[in-house]
Amino acid sequence: MSTRFDFEVIARWVQPGDTVLDLGCGDGSLLAFLRDTRGIKGYGVEADPKRVVACIRNGVNVLQIDLEKGLTDFNDGQFDHVIMSLSLQAVHHTEKILDEMLRVGREAVVSFPNFGYWKHRQAILNGRMPVSETLPYEWYDTPNVRFFTIADFEALCEQRGIRILERAAFDEDKPVAEEANFLASMAMYRLAR
Amino acid sequence: MTSSGSVGVVSPQTAHFAEPLTLKSGAVLPAYDLVYETYGTLNAQRNNAVLVCHALSGSHHVAGTYAGKPKSVGWWDNLVGPGKPLDTNKFFVIGVNNLGGCFGSTGPTSINPATGKPWGADFPFVTVEDWVAAQARLADLLGIERFAAVVGGSLGGMQALQWTLAFPDRVRHAAIIAAAPKLSAQNIAFNEVARQAIKSDPQFHGGHYYEHGVVPVNGLKLARMVGHITYLSDDAMGEKFGRKLRHGEHKYHWDVEFEIESYLRYQGDKFASYFDANTYLLATKALDYFDPAFDYDGDLAAALARAKADFFVASFSTDWRFSPERSRELVFALIQNGLKVSYAELESTAGHDSFLLDDPQYHAVLRAWFDGIGV
Repeated sequence: MSTRFDFEVIARWVQPGDTVLDLGCGDGSLLAFLRDTRGIKGYGVEADPKRVVACIRNGVNVLQIDLEKGLTDFNDGQFDHVIMSLSLQAVHHTEKILDEMLRVGREAVVSFPNFGYWKHRQAILNGRMPVSETLPYEWYDTPNVRFFTIADFEALCEQRGIRILERAAFDEDKPVAEEANFLASMAMYRLAR
Repeated sequence: MTSSGSVGVVSPQTAHFAEPLTLKSGAVLPAYDLVYETYGTLNAQRNNAVLVCHALSGSHHVAGTYAGKPKSVGWWDNLVGPGKPLDTNKFFVIGVNNLGGCFGSTGPTSINPATGKPWGADFPFVTVEDWVAAQARLADLLGIERFAAVVGGSLGGMQALQWTLAFPDRVRHAAIIAAAPKLSAQNIAFNEVARQAIKSDPQFHGGHYYEHGVVPVNGLKLARMVGHITYLSDDAMGEKFGRKLRHGEHKYHWDVEFEIESYLRYQGDKFASYFDANTYLLATKALDYFDPAFDYDGDLAAALARAKADFFVASFSTDWRFSPERSRELVFALIQNGLKVSYAELESTAGHDSFLLDDPQYHAVLRAWFDGIGV
């Protein structure tokens, strides 16, 4: 899923030389991309042992620590950007992690699959949990623990006093300008306090 | 796994240093020897040298075997060799016995030029800082201006860290494994028990036992037994020994009843047969004293501000002597300085000793890290 189009959005949102923390960084390909295209200084957080090795092979700084324990060891405002790419739906403590991201980072970048995407709604109407490109798992075998829509997320931001600086929404890899909660399979946000 | 082999038969070399070395304590070593081994070849650019620092009981004999002694395998032979994670086809690897050691470098068993007798307890305190200063002179001698990497586990990891602070321009990468930026009170406490075991042995003679032709074997054995318990995890010990009985029944005597007793006695005896008690005392003190943040009001990040190396830090889940929390302290202080660092927190059942084992994930991470070092 982590194709280049969402990387490119994030690359536009960071400035050359920025410091970036990528939570759930996978094999480090986003950080490697931002390093190569924007000259950022980054660290990734990843719990999976094989992905830790992959990050090191990609020349990316990786920290094997458990995200559910929070970011308490990081200082306030330590990073320009804290990124969580397509992982927010897999974190139990949603509010806590958002607060922590905006404590540690000046800005946060969050992307997630939109449960309100019309194809997902259609699947539910047909009586089945959606399985799609952005939600590729069967209900009984999914790492995702939170299912929410663009509208849900924006309501939470409002409630928590989180400012939405920018939003980019996509239907697969095509930008969606209107009716994002219905037409977009994935959304990306640039957030601040 | 790619094919990997041994560096084969190796032999130690001795470097003599006639220039006095002022130690951190203020004492001066007028001259000294360092025993070392090398594996692989220093390349023409002289940029592929890796220094491997040893821990409390280690030595310069990191890899390979000695001629005619097939069992004399180096202490980190599973890591160092052709095709191994620290690949001697790529790197020029150096192991050196530290000052105060008992494997050939100048130490308590050496002759004190002032008295003509072994130094014994009069050998000056040596610190991690002193060891690194001496290692740097060996690097000068070998024509190594800058190490590709300095690596070590436990007390060896402290030396790797110290390298990045004492000589920021002389080390490109540092691997600090199962170590800590300073010992905890509990750690110092264990060391003190070990020291008291040695010092209270009647054969210790205030550290001048050489003159009496004896060795404080029992004290050293006891010290090692205590240490050994702390290097293993409760789980590992339970799995390996549990409550297994030597005789299959309770004998109600003071000899070995439980297999764990037998194991500890064996380990203690073995260690006491080859290691020097004064060296053990000195090395535990070096561990206790190491604290780069001490001169910075305990602010580790401030202490690390002068480092320039790229770091790799690793810890093991069941290591309670140098727990993952201690490694994370170091990692976050490095991040505060914007230094490059990767951190692996490895699942392991073997406690502190894990850093010497060849767990596949551990070695995969190290292999990836060493592969990323350009030469």
